[in-house]
Amino acid sequence: MTTHLQRTASADELASGLLAGDRLALTRLISAVEAGRDDAREAMRCLFAKTGKAHVVGVTGPPGCGKSTLTTRLALEYRAHGETVGIVAVDPTSPYTGGAILGDRVRMMELHGDPGVFMRSMATRGVMGGLARSTLDVVLLLDAFGKDVVIIETVGVGQDEVEIARAADTTLVVGVPNLGDDIQAIKAGILEIADILVVNKADVAGADRLVADLRTMLQLGPERGWPTPIQQTVAIEGTGVRELVEHIALHRAYLQESRTWHLRRADSARRQVRAIVEDRVQRRLEQLTTGADWESRFASIAAREEDPYSVAEEVLRQVAHDG
Amino acid sequence: MAQRHPLRVLIAKPGLDGHDRGAKIIARALRDAGYEVIYTGIRQTPEMIAEAALQEDVDAIGLSILSGAHMTLFPRIIEELRKRGLHDVTVWAGGIIPAADVPKLREMGIRAIFGPGSPTAETIEFLRQMNAEPAADQSVATPR
Repeated sequence: MTTHLQRTASADELASGLLAGDRLALTRLISAVEAGRDDAREAMRCLFAKTGKAHVVGVTGPPGCGKSTLTTRLALEYRAHGETVGIVAVDPTSPYTGGAILGDRVRMMELHGDPGVFMRSMATRGVMGGLARSTLDVVLLLDAFGKDVVIIETVGVGQDEVEIARAADTTLVVGVPNLGDDIQAIKAGILEIADILVVNKADVAGADRLVADLRTMLQLGPERGWPTPIQQTVAIEGTGVRELVEHIALHRAYLQESRTWHLRRADSARRQVRAIVEDRVQRRLEQLTTGADWESRFASIAAREEDPYSVAEEVLRQVAHDG
Repeated sequence: MAQRHPLRVLIAKPGLDGHDRGAKIIARALRDAGYEVIYTGIRQTPEMIAEAALQEDVDAIGLSILSGAHMTLFPRIIEELRKRGLHDVTVWAGGIIPAADVPKLREMGIRAIFGPGSPTAETIEFLRQMNAEPAADQSVATPR
């Protein structure tokens, strides 16, 4: 594919390129969306109708539990079934320098050279919750590009980063043996979002105990329409991955047969609308209240010549006025 | 956050040598300078490097090589990048590269070459300048 899309290409051109199957257009549009370009938002508007077909699978768990390796194995398994795969892997941004090392590709070497896989690394850029600000949009772009399955790999999470459950149709929570007494790493919060529990590194001593602990915990929980399966894997060898893919397919079938599919997607739409508004208001707010004039306004508030409530009211009217 | 939209840089090790300490040090230094660094690990083929550059939409690629195969691998990397329409990506290199090869490498589009002992600050300064004036073909780093 020899296109000549410059970085200055409009999002419109990029969107048509994407729909025509141009990977350069896809990658540049992802960057435009990540940068919050206005024309990228226009493009997303047009592309949204072309999305909704991909099965979005979330992979989350503590650092070092094998998310990247498992994601790679899942992708290989889907490819063996002839399904195309998009991957979005999120890694943390340094809160000190704004930089990041995105190292998930190191464990995804086997996927390179397969045109049926498109993998993009994203840095959190200061956003909490396990995903980056525009992760959902990137998933939509991969969906519009025609990927059958889109896998989102979160940053290594602790106990309450549950954003992934709102972004994915099927959420895998990955645990590993010996991370603490009982199951510290995946107890409340994150355990509740699991559609499928994965015990990775299942060849390590202690795996059976983790499985038993998880099973007990699930039995103590409320009865649900979908009984959460526990799948043991040794991702590095590929053991248990075929079974895991079967569980994912069963979960999708369950979602579609019950009303859960639509309920989840409607819930995710609600969050998405709110997130878009928040994002735009926040960007506008930064623009509106930056600069020398504002520094003196803030100084006069500090000196009690003005009050912050009236000034905020004024800013709010301005934000609302701009739309 | 130092920058609102951090630049994205790929650090790659083409070929068969497994000495990745230099690559990791540069990756770490660039991270600390506020870049988003995509690190791919060792033993990358030219196709893999160009593919990663495309999928990650990087602004620059740093190639680390100590095997002596740069005159074979670098032209192929440049070619793979061009095949994918990535004409606007800055490519630079570090490692053990004889001075005699430098002019040819620059001619084929490698914008700078940093030898052993180069302070990481030089690479960071080079990238800053490239970003400020990405179009012009300029000599910033002095090959050793």
